[in-house]
Amino acid sequence: MDCKYACGSPEHSMGRRSFLGGVAAGLAGGLGAAVIGGGGLVTPAFARHLESTQRRVLVVFLSGGVSQLETWDPKPGTDTGGPFRAIPTTVPGVHVSELLPCTARQMHHLALVRSVNTGENDHGKGSYLMTRGRRREASTEYPHLGAVCAKTLNPPTSPLPGYIRISPGGSGGSTRDSAYLGPKYDGIVLGGGKPPRDITRPGKLGADADARRNEFRRGLDERFLRRRRTAATEAYTYSYEQARRLMERRRIFDTAHEPPRDRERYGSHDFGRHCLLARRLLENGVTFVQVSHTNYDTHFENFNYHIEQLGEFDRPFATLIEDLHQRGILQSTLVVVMSEFGRTPRINATYGRDHWGKSWSVALGGCGIQAGAVIGKTNRNGTEVADRQVDHGDLFHTYMKAVGVDSSGEFEIGGRPLPIADPARAAIEEVLA
Amino acid sequence: MTAVTAEPQKTRVLSAWKHASPLISCRFDPTGRFVFAGAEDHRVVRWDVETGKATVLAGHQSWVRGMSFSKDGATLVTVDYAGRLLWWDATAEQPKPTRTVDAHRGWARGVDVHRERDLLATVGNDHLVKLWSLQSGEPLGVLEGHESHIYCVLFHPDGESLVSADLKGVIRHWEIDSGKLVRKLDASAIHKYDGGFRADCGGVRGMAFRADGGHLACAGISNVTNAFAGVGNPMVVRIDWKTGKVLRKHGQKAKPRGVAWGVAFHPQGFLIAASGGGGGGFLLFWKEDSDEEFFQLKLPNTARDLSAHPDGLRVATAHHDRHLRISVMQPKPAAKPAAKPAAKPAAKPG
Repeated sequence: MDCKYACGSPEHSMGRRSFLGGVAAGLAGGLGAAVIGGGGLVTPAFARHLESTQRRVLVVFLSGGVSQLETWDPKPGTDTGGPFRAIPTTVPGVHVSELLPCTARQMHHLALVRSVNTGENDHGKGSYLMTRGRRREASTEYPHLGAVCAKTLNPPTSPLPGYIRISPGGSGGSTRDSAYLGPKYDGIVLGGGKPPRDITRPGKLGADADARRNEFRRGLDERFLRRRRTAATEAYTYSYEQARRLMERRRIFDTAHEPPRDRERYGSHDFGRHCLLARRLLENGVTFVQVSHTNYDTHFENFNYHIEQLGEFDRPFATLIEDLHQRGILQSTLVVVMSEFGRTPRINATYGRDHWGKSWSVALGGCGIQAGAVIGKTNRNGTEVADRQVDHGDLFHTYMKAVGVDSSGEFEIGGRPLPIADPARAAIEEVLA
Repeated sequence: MTAVTAEPQKTRVLSAWKHASPLISCRFDPTGRFVFAGAEDHRVVRWDVETGKATVLAGHQSWVRGMSFSKDGATLVTVDYAGRLLWWDATAEQPKPTRTVDAHRGWARGVDVHRERDLLATVGNDHLVKLWSLQSGEPLGVLEGHESHIYCVLFHPDGESLVSADLKGVIRHWEIDSGKLVRKLDASAIHKYDGGFRADCGGVRGMAFRADGGHLACAGISNVTNAFAGVGNPMVVRIDWKTGKVLRKHGQKAKPRGVAWGVAFHPQGFLIAASGGGGGGFLLFWKEDSDEEFFQLKLPNTARDLSAHPDGLRVATAHHDRHLRISVMQPKPAAKPAAKPAAKPAAKPG
């Protein structure tokens, strides 16, 4: 479903500049105008707090499907346990795989949901439902969690994009996954952790000439928007403004400005650099950052590859959690470590584990999350959820609620109410602080 | 006694013994009386080769991939993925660990006992080669230099040299007495960095010297097109010890999918490897003068290791389906003609 601005709402009848000016003094009002029902998008307590503390979300997406048995739900000594041992963490009684020694020392900042059953074993479908909170439907395309956070949490006055995705490779561009929320809420992809393309002013163009050029463009845009306003034209205008402001703040994309000691702590490999970049973006006020680490699709030699991949993941991730805590922003930043699914408890003939959506784990932390909690459990050898089964819909509600968004609320898109999260599911209250 | 000649083209599975868990490694002891196998349940199983009687050896805390024996076969040393090194009385009625040493940080995958000296070597994911006293378990030295996980270690038959081989197919030749690196040999044909999956794939999964020490064979996977699905073919890289040159990259005519997990030189000059993967399990046989195999035998299940019996006729293979299989390189004995049934008594006249 496309985003159509046919509603004629006050928001959409305003020019972008006047809109920004109008809401600058009160973020909650500006956001509230976009929702109906469910008691409003932002809870009153949160709205008061939001003025002084912005909520942020960090998603670490372990692409390909990380093994829950080699991470958050080890089963040593069972027929499915594999060769690794479980190690204690800073939370008494909670053990994780020995492949996560650094993360184990940050467990008091994290929580585990060990009872995820999405029933989905397909990469594309699994990725979709974990990041949208719903299954793909023929009639409706749902927005990515990043787009939802950009819309619900990003201060309209923010000079920064609300949603940035750091991918292991590629050339960057737009995420194009905001669905009915409109292209304004699409994310920016930093391919290989590189800054957005064309972020520096062309050498031949002076600052004065550039400013005059932008003023002229703004004038044309405003005149055009007074007569023909659509989501696409607004996004066009918005993207120019955002690009201009991004150019002024391009240093936030460059980890070379971080102290050498920090670069060393995070490691010189891609994922380490990307975690440091994520810290820099979150510190500078970007609302939603997703860092992807690839690849965990280990049908062959699962154990060797998890040594290799988690060997990259563990230290920078733990360093990032520690730094967010030390810098005082972990309490306002929800952290989610997810995959499209887990991996089979059964070890196949080539030492691999295959796709498994039936009983796996997600790690959470930070904003709104009860640190040290472990929710749900699997049976002795991990083949089934034994207690407190949850799915992607429950998790999506939980993410929203953790950052103070009423997940029972709705977006009003083109006069049509669209629930923020699946109304048939609910937040996992036990994991919330 | 007349020496019996192996006939590799006639190889057939002779026996199969089942354990409770998938097997990952196997070794005959030097006398050929027992065959030992490491399993996914962290246990080692000993089978009496003649009777098939199984004895379980408990004591490891992870998978056992590396096993080696003292020259007389009385002492077995095993290493596990918890980095531990265990000593056993290999011939005891019920072997128990007689010594445990925390040998490596992370996985220890390979061990080899020197044939003549009080010495054994181990290798691990900590990129280290470590030397130990077989008699006392005391550490004798550490050899540093590998830049990736080390998979295999082997003393050269000359008794003076040691080779260690890693994930990237780098083989380091060490002088035992000085601990000096003599040279590096290249088995990188069985390694690949998969840019799509951003991971290293392959490595030296099995290693053997020819009895005269002239050739070194390194087993693994090559032609990898999908690292995480294990799409590639078994390969054995044959290296000339004197020159260090790669002599052969032994592959297959009809390429089964998988990894060559174990390799052995046969006294008659041919090379044997066991492979396992998406294409099932195979025994593969090569001669020195050809990259392609002269015979392959499809096994009932994917194979994960191989060991040659000292009689030159039998090989053991460890399998995912929990079986240890003994194959023999001999044709089936000709069936004895059935005894003539006794003539029926003539029917009595009615």
